[in-house]
Amino acid sequence: MRWWQIGKRDADLDRELRSDLELEEEEQLENGLSPEEARHAALRAFGNPTLIREHTRAVWSWNMLENLLRDIRISVRTLFRSPGFSLIAVLVMALGIGATTSLFTMVRAVLLRPLPFRDSGKLVMLYEHFRQVKSGDGFNAVAPGDYRDWRSQTHGFEDMAAMRGYGGIVSGVHSELPEVVQSAGGSANLFPLLGVTPVYGRLFTEAEDQPKAEPVVLLTWSLFQRRFAGDPSIIGKQIHLDTIPTTVVGVLPNWFNYPDARIQFWMPYAQTFTPQDYGIHDGHQSMVVARLKPGVNVGAATREVSTLQFQIHLANASKPVAEDVWSRPMIDDVVRDVKTPLLVLLCSVVCMLLIACLNVSNLLVARAAARRKEIAIRGALGGSRLALIREQMTESLLICVAGGGLGLLLSLASTHWLAAHWRNLPRADTVHVDGWVFAFALGLVAATAMLAGLLPAISSTGRESLSALRESSRSIGGSASRARLRKVMLTAEIALTVTLLAAAGLLFHSFVRLRTADLGCRIDHVLTMKFGLPEIQYDTREKVLLFHQSLLERVRRLPGVSGAALVSTAPAAGPEGDRVFTILERPAPSYSIQYVALTHTADPQYFSVMQIPLLRGRVFTEHERLHNDHYIVVSRQFVNQYFAGDDPIGKHVRAGWDDKVENYEIIGEVGDTLYDVTKPVSATMYFPILSGIPDRTSEATIVVHSSVDPLAISTPVQQQISALEPELPVYNALTMDQILNKTTASQGFAANLVLAFAGISLLLAGVGLYGVLSYLVTQRSVEIAIRIALGAQRPEVLRVVLVDGLMPVLFGAAAGLAGAAVAGSLIRSMLYGASPYDPLVVAGMVCCLLFTAVVACVAPAWRASRVDPMQALRSE
Amino acid sequence: MAKHMQQRANVLQGTLDMLILRTLVYGSAHGHEIGKHIQRTTNDFLQMQHGSLYPALHRLEEKGWVVSKWETAPDRNREFKYYRLTEKGRKQLVAEESQWKQMAEAVARVMWPAAEES
Repeated sequence: MRWWQIGKRDADLDRELRSDLELEEEEQLENGLSPEEARHAALRAFGNPTLIREHTRAVWSWNMLENLLRDIRISVRTLFRSPGFSLIAVLVMALGIGATTSLFTMVRAVLLRPLPFRDSGKLVMLYEHFRQVKSGDGFNAVAPGDYRDWRSQTHGFEDMAAMRGYGGIVSGVHSELPEVVQSAGGSANLFPLLGVTPVYGRLFTEAEDQPKAEPVVLLTWSLFQRRFAGDPSIIGKQIHLDTIPTTVVGVLPNWFNYPDARIQFWMPYAQTFTPQDYGIHDGHQSMVVARLKPGVNVGAATREVSTLQFQIHLANASKPVAEDVWSRPMIDDVVRDVKTPLLVLLCSVVCMLLIACLNVSNLLVARAAARRKEIAIRGALGGSRLALIREQMTESLLICVAGGGLGLLLSLASTHWLAAHWRNLPRADTVHVDGWVFAFALGLVAATAMLAGLLPAISSTGRESLSALRESSRSIGGSASRARLRKVMLTAEIALTVTLLAAAGLLFHSFVRLRTADLGCRIDHVLTMKFGLPEIQYDTREKVLLFHQSLLERVRRLPGVSGAALVSTAPAAGPEGDRVFTILERPAPSYSIQYVALTHTADPQYFSVMQIPLLRGRVFTEHERLHNDHYIVVSRQFVNQYFAGDDPIGKHVRAGWDDKVENYEIIGEVGDTLYDVTKPVSATMYFPILSGIPDRTSEATIVVHSSVDPLAISTPVQQQISALEPELPVYNALTMDQILNKTTASQGFAANLVLAFAGISLLLAGVGLYGVLSYLVTQRSVEIAIRIALGAQRPEVLRVVLVDGLMPVLFGAAAGLAGAAVAGSLIRSMLYGASPYDPLVVAGMVCCLLFTAVVACVAPAWRASRVDPMQALRSE
Repeated sequence: MAKHMQQRANVLQGTLDMLILRTLVYGSAHGHEIGKHIQRTTNDFLQMQHGSLYPALHRLEEKGWVVSKWETAPDRNREFKYYRLTEKGRKQLVAEESQWKQMAEAVARVMWPAAEES
């Protein structure tokens, strides 16, 4: 049977049935019945010809396809009959499916796909853990001495390699085109351990991985392309790194951008240390990656290293040496900062999708209710329940397929945008749509179609559907159960919305707190600019000081500049490094308690330019310069932490600042500034930058307060620097506002996205509520009319309808509060200084929802109270 | 009347195809005749439902066990759709018949074990 024979076959069947029926009739006539009786008897014996025809046609193999086409045809017609509803439903589903697909794409690329290294499941990161330190996550960077001992004395791992972030100025052999870039140091075995082979040249040798060995460098692909035009003849030639002639030995592949895509070149790990620093156990800056031996348990291997570390700790009891070693899988290490935000975003889009499904489902229930009689009649005439359900399901399937298609397009566009705009998203380059994502979107379409369609379809074709025929339009009993179903769905919708709103509110609140966080200094009209003096030319205190002083003098004379000062790192621009110390007058109670503070260098005017308040004593003067540098200024947190708030002036801090541990007199106490707005205040000590110690003060940030737009003076300031040192590159020319934007960008990104999802959900919930209540009012208009005719007061009617609509809202809000508590604990790590159960925020969000609900309910309720009894009853 | 009703039964599930094929062994017949024949042969014990007869006929035709042709009935001057058994259908009938026999014997052995022994 071919499909083009459908018509012929159909006519054939018709003829066959008719002829046989006529024969039956003739036989009945011959039995002596009257023509009328014979006809009826024949029909009785024969059964329902239409049903027979349908059953027979069902045998034909193309019947399934035909049914599907018919269902689709009917559904398309139904959908086009109410284009507004269809369009909104499709758009809502598109948004939900698109957003969910996008987030899934990102989660898959970032969290689920294995790292691009050889057998990456066996790679773990090793960290030191200090038992005393309660802040942070407990994972501390590793000291080079510890790493070297671990590697040589433990056997649980196949191998371990170390790396550290580094900086550097790249320039040509004649010091031309200098630029400041990020770099890294990696031990000789790092790349073989990860399974990375160079595109050109070779990797480091063990002989090169020694302090003071022959300087060599591996270029990353991006530097190789950008600066050397992808010309492999650079291998074996020299470039200048920090003005030191260095031989290029190889080029790393394009895909290798671990641990940071900004890294431009790699040096041998040991060459980033001085020979004495290479063996220390109390300077923590390195990351250690280890490969598990086959068959060795990660816990056992880590315990072995940890045992060794405890012996190192005991042998260095007076120094800050960690007691334990912790490990975590490399993939967890890479994604640690984005795991929660990504999962939270995924949860919130899934919530939004659920709400969208419930809304479409709700609208379909309303539609099914309007067609109850039609469905009841079709059921009574022999339409099977399955066929009726299938027909209704087709409708929701069509909506979801259209929405899914549109959503997939949406997600193709938005995934790329999301990945590109998410600051510091690791592995962002691996985010792309592939077969799995398509499969996921398809599954999503199927799931949403089921969810949105099945419930209304089943409920409207149930056994009680026949009662619709018995029911007059005046009775309301029958529609009560349907209304209950809609109210339950509405309650679920409201609960989800409250959960989303609360999460969004908390995130946004935390973001606003970050943005308005008191940095402790001036933010407006401040420009910052970093530079680092090459230590080969600027090798004495006098030379560095001369540069700093002339620069300050020149910049302060610029028009529009009202103040300029030097500091090692501007506030909010990140941590600068810390230093352990003891206090001469207040010895620590035990060796295991370490005194640690951030170290900054600053010039005398820094505090006044940045408006950091002087609390006690005095700040630096022009006299604290060159070798007269044994004075420090400390922050308030420093005093609170180490002096319990007592007067610190005149006390002495013992710290290794220059070469050896020396005494530094505290001359003043200033207000706190934050090095990162997302982090708590840290104790800070300021050393005088005018000491000019080459290694400590040659890298500096000039902060300029201007009366004009700070960006406008960026170029003049830069010109002053090049007037003093033409080949000195400057970097990070940013206003304080920009620095703040940069550090809070990802928080703002997540908060804004969740807020957008919550806003859409709120809108959906409002529309859903309005729809349900409007429907109920229309259903009950006759009843209401009778009540009014019998003397019910209109305000009373208004109240009854309002209460009817707001009941599910209240239940939903209560359930949503429980959801908000769960959401709060999930996003706890994303909230900075804000409680996950902030009652004010949650209450605000619930009020927001209630307000929306009241707005959505008032219009139908008002319409109900305005029902004209005469008109409503006459239209019966 | 009620007693009469009890003596009727619907065609056992899965045997309808076999009954139709067996009926067609005598020669070609149209749907009405087939139904009537089965009913008459069983002394009205088996009630033919037209609702299942026609789908069954079409199913058999799909499978190629019967072919159909419009022919004039000898006693009435009108065309009916006559079904005829094919070679394939004959083989199918043999297969179904032996299967049914085994089935019936198996059922009988369980139901009347004593009768089997004697």
